[in-house]
Amino acid sequence: MPNDWIFIGIFLLLAPVFPAAAMLIPRLIAPRKPNALKSETYECGIETHGETWVQFKAQYYIFALVFLIFDIEIVFLYPWAVAFDNLPMFAVLEGVLFILILVAGLLYTWRKGVLEWV
Amino acid sequence: MSDPVNSIADWLRMILSSWGLSEGMITLILAVLGVVILATFVLIIDILLVWIERKMVARFQDRIGPNRVGPFGIIQPIADVIKLLIKEDIMPMGADKFIFNLSPIIALATVLLLWAVVPFAPTVIGADINVAVLYVVAIGSIGTLGIIMAGWASNNKYALLGAFRTVATMIAYEVPMIIALLIPVLLARSMGMQTIVAAQSPWYIFVIPLAAVILFISSIAELGRTPFDISEAESEIVAGFHIEYTGMKFGLFYAGELLHALTVSALIATLFLGGWRGPFVDQVPILGPVYLFIKAFLVYYLIMWVRYSFPRVRIDQMLGFNWKFLTPLALFLLIVVAILDKAMTDVNTVWYVLVMLGANLLIVWGTILILRRYARVERVRIAEERPVAVPPETEMKDLVGQE
Repeated sequence: MPNDWIFIGIFLLLAPVFPAAAMLIPRLIAPRKPNALKSETYECGIETHGETWVQFKAQYYIFALVFLIFDIEIVFLYPWAVAFDNLPMFAVLEGVLFILILVAGLLYTWRKGVLEWV
Repeated sequence: MSDPVNSIADWLRMILSSWGLSEGMITLILAVLGVVILATFVLIIDILLVWIERKMVARFQDRIGPNRVGPFGIIQPIADVIKLLIKEDIMPMGADKFIFNLSPIIALATVLLLWAVVPFAPTVIGADINVAVLYVVAIGSIGTLGIIMAGWASNNKYALLGAFRTVATMIAYEVPMIIALLIPVLLARSMGMQTIVAAQSPWYIFVIPLAAVILFISSIAELGRTPFDISEAESEIVAGFHIEYTGMKFGLFYAGELLHALTVSALIATLFLGGWRGPFVDQVPILGPVYLFIKAFLVYYLIMWVRYSFPRVRIDQMLGFNWKFLTPLALFLLIVVAILDKAMTDVNTVWYVLVMLGANLLIVWGTILILRRYARVERVRIAEERPVAVPPETEMKDLVGQE
């Protein structure tokens, strides 16, 4: 088991090396002639106006919140699923109750109109 | 000669220890060797994938595809790589240099990392960790981070908007994906890939086909492929978050997307189609990777088929489909599978499979009924609401002369 995690650790260190190498090769052999016109921001030929970093719509935050709730819920359910053999039916129904409480939350957000993309 | 990979590993270990290296050093060297071989193998398959993709899209569109560059155009991807390598690397004015360069690295590295937990044969796997499914979910989420970095660092309004929308859809579709990943974990009682493959006496696609379908649909959305490719929308918002990327950096995003598709296909094949299982695999372990890749390419072919058959969906349709349909369906399926599995603890396998399959098909039928009723309601609503256009006789006079 620890050998496996060493493999993953080394993979974590070496995996960025491959794309980085692919990006370093052009630095050696590709032409580099920057000029003002080439480095302009692309907007289908029109000049850009105003700030680039536009305002962040609040709707994205709400979707992220809903995602967060369900993500944490499912992460809590993974140990429940792995320990399934040792659980009596009562514990299974408790897990189901947990899921149902969160489904009720989803229904609430649905009815409140939070899941609309305005 | 029954297990070539492990025999070679043992032989190398013997040689290295005869040179006097310590145990830890030997493990380290073998791990580095394993990582390099796995990553190179995966990247070579990635090159082949570009060719397969272009030939398949051509055939779906009733044309031939690249056939000039080598026999059947097989050298075409290599020509593409060379072309991308010698293209000029333009960095937009005002871009955040470090993050701009880092994001293609993250996008490709996270896909490579997923191959560490794919089981190729009963004894050949990069890392047989017992939390492999959680690892897959975690690393997949880091890929999403690479996209928002690309959009933010480009100093381009449209890249930023494209990145926002892409990330919103990707995190949305992670929810049904991890629920659909939870169901085989529940049936196999473990998150480790080898354990899940070993527990698939009938393949899980025959036991819980609805979970496979939900995982398939969510994975297509996670990959950002049509019908869910609002992020790239090549004809609409001109490439979305990677507008400002040129040359090999763009190539890394593109290759990363194709490789991610194959990785997801390999994972679906492992979790639902039995991975390396097949006839004669115990006697001849070398057949394991062969079966795995046959199944993975089968799922990849399905992903391509869906891509070239459906039109693109709008982002509000995409998000509505996720939160109002896939997530409740996946949660309901999880509840039903959990209760049925516990209730059938001591039932023999044939009855177990039939009951599970029956429950899945029942849920599918119920879903179709609900969808038909919803469609009828929607059709009635749309038929009522449409306003009739009236020629504006008086308003135009008031408007002329303003502004």
